Amino acid sequence: MEILVKPRPGLLDPQGKAIHHALRSLGWSDTQDVRVGKAIYIDLEAEDSDTALETAQAMCRKILANPVTEDFEVSIVENTERITA
Amino acid sequence: MRVGVVTFPGSNCDYDLYKAAQQIGAKVEFIWHRQKNLDGYDALMLPGGFSYGDYLRAGAIARISPVMEDIIGFAEKGGPVLGICNGFQILCEAGLLPGALVRNDSLRFESKDIHLRVEQTDTPFTSEYQKGQTLRMPIAHGEGNYEADDQLLEELEAEKRVVFRYASSDGELSDEANPNGSKNSIAGLTNKSGNVLGMMPHPERAMEEILGSTDGVGVFLSLATNLSTVVL
Repeated sequence: MEILVKPRPGLLDPQGKAIHHALRSLGWSDTQDVRVGKAIYIDLEAEDSDTALETAQAMCRKILANPVTEDFEVSIVENTERITA
Repeated sequence: MRVGVVTFPGSNCDYDLYKAAQQIGAKVEFIWHRQKNLDGYDALMLPGGFSYGDYLRAGAIARISPVMEDIIGFAEKGGPVLGICNGFQILCEAGLLPGALVRNDSLRFESKDIHLRVEQTDTPFTSEYQKGQTLRMPIAHGEGNYEADDQLLEELEAEKRVVFRYASSDGELSDEANPNGSKNSIAGLTNKSGNVLGMMPHPERAMEEILGSTDGVGVFLSLATNLSTVVL
């Protein structure tokens, strides 16, 4: 499972702001905004994909994301080692 | 007064808190985070530090410690609970206090003395202070930026639950006096019934002249005074 935990829109993201400044100072002046979240990879055994997704969402609601400040997105990835470029 | 100081792996202000409670005459005991059954305590205190290395989010793992269930039960029965710094973060994560503490807007770990304005004195933790009084005590945190949506902020203000605000030495609110970007300069707040207080600044480090300030004494003295007059 791949779980993306993202700062909620509108919430100040100081890390994103710092990285934004860094990118601009390196010459990427077109950078409009940077937001930093985290990716959590979980190996999960489940009956089927729906059950797996539900379980991961329950994990997010219970502990992995803070509903006050963060949104989450859950998806199934077959190989967490994969590289997409 | 029997006070329990709850220690999590990674707590580092537990001895300061122990000493502070002892200083105002309490019988103090450490409570390990795995302990169940908190009978017989008059007040519980959650210290600062970096419980579980602040992994995931500050306080997120600590709040599922075995001891938390009993702390929540104690708070729901009206028992006074004080969370300082990481203790405040844990109380928010546990849902005993609303909102969340996120990264300081300065992007720095802020370790310095700041000033606070006392907003409410009708709480068990602040009755020995004067309303509007300015206090000086240290902060030491990277994630003390209090975050809440507009609706919650309105509710907190309407219910007079903001107990401490960051201010200048003469009690004025400003962005400069707000060390971490907290909404409404909030440095400490209570739950609805007023028996749970969370605050980022460290009153337990402002207990003796030799430490630079005695302005923190009032928090512990208030608690002792209120507990001696109220039987839980």
